[in-house]
Amino acid sequence: MTSAPSAEWPLYEVFVRGKRGLNHVHVGSLHAADDDMAVRHARDVYTRRNEGVSIWVVRSDAITASSPDEKDPMFAPSGDKVYRHPTFYSIPDDVPHM
Amino acid sequence: MTTTQREHHSESSNEAELLAGFESTIAHNDRIEPRDWMPEGYRKTLVRQIAQHAHSEIIGMQPEGNWITRAPSLRRKAILLAKVQDEAGHGLYLYSACETLGTSRGELTEKLISGAQKYSSIFNYPTLSYADVGTIGWLVDGAAICNQVPLCRTSFGPYGRAMIRICKEESFHQRQGYELLMTMMRGTDEQRAMVQESVNRFWWPALMMFGPPDADSPNTAQSMAWGIKRNTNDDLRQRFVDMSVPQAEALGVTFPDPELRWNEERQAHDFGQPDWDEFMQVVKGNGPCNAQRIAHRRQAHEDGAWVREAATAFAAKSAQARAEQQETSR
Repeated sequence: MTSAPSAEWPLYEVFVRGKRGLNHVHVGSLHAADDDMAVRHARDVYTRRNEGVSIWVVRSDAITASSPDEKDPMFAPSGDKVYRHPTFYSIPDDVPHM
Repeated sequence: MTTTQREHHSESSNEAELLAGFESTIAHNDRIEPRDWMPEGYRKTLVRQIAQHAHSEIIGMQPEGNWITRAPSLRRKAILLAKVQDEAGHGLYLYSACETLGTSRGELTEKLISGAQKYSSIFNYPTLSYADVGTIGWLVDGAAICNQVPLCRTSFGPYGRAMIRICKEESFHQRQGYELLMTMMRGTDEQRAMVQESVNRFWWPALMMFGPPDADSPNTAQSMAWGIKRNTNDDLRQRFVDMSVPQAEALGVTFPDPELRWNEERQAHDFGQPDWDEFMQVVKGNGPCNAQRIAHRRQAHEDGAWVREAATAFAAKSAQARAEQQETSR
């Protein structure tokens, strides 16, 4: 995924859990020599003000992503299935708790 | 990723169709993301602007960093350390955003220390007194906030997200500076004179931070059409002056501009023009501290080379040790 010269430290993507009960969310990226250093750097760069209680790091080149070129065929199957949404069904207003 | 993607596109897809898609995203005020197709000019403009911005944060550590060891109290020292550390962090957010456009970190650092890419001219002015730490927080970071808040809505996703993080932290920078000056203004006559002298030196360079007047800013129109910039230089400068005047009154200092006055008709302040010849001189590298700033950055980079190499060697060695351990336990 990166075209960095080999002398440069690899790129990592950083995910932070803001507090207990929330998902880890992608916050950015950084360079580090190895996984341990990536976690330490992530703490210094992305959580200087209690922004997180847990950090994940993963090398950017280990991520498989859907390509924008495949956008339509990739996500088309969900586009025409309106019956998957609750608003597809009309229920009289006076039926309670629906 | 970006290079192969671009090659792939030029071979197989219709450029006009891609451009139409890009323009429709911009027109809908949606964000462009790194893997989307984008015109070369858009990519180049963003790299130039984000790199300049990142370099400014990194070089911006120096003027204030000079005062860390001479801060008057432990409280001020801790604040200043935290602030300078934030500037480093802001530089890193922005370098990350810039890298998503297909430039490497090493390349960006190289272009900074070779002078191929610029940073904000404000950091080429020296910090001569401790009051400058406060003035930089109040006026320089205040001007930066004016510039940066609209950039949270910039059309390139990673840049906007970096700006949101930065703006959250800049508010601390501005407030600590203003509070520092307020403290000095409650002190002796000498301290008050120090504050005024510092404000006199930084007012015009702070106004220059918004860039040349709109008539002389060749990139503004295209950048605004692409949604990279959201306001013109003159608009932002006006906003900054209008915000700063009441703050100066509350503080008890004046700005060194005889033309500065409230215009009832415009509901805004009239003000004089900075010395644009001086601005161009500083941009060209002839400011008071240009050579010193770059030399310092270069030295830090070179002095740190052994650390980077040692960490790389250590990582390789640890990886090998882990591999061998797995081999024997099998």
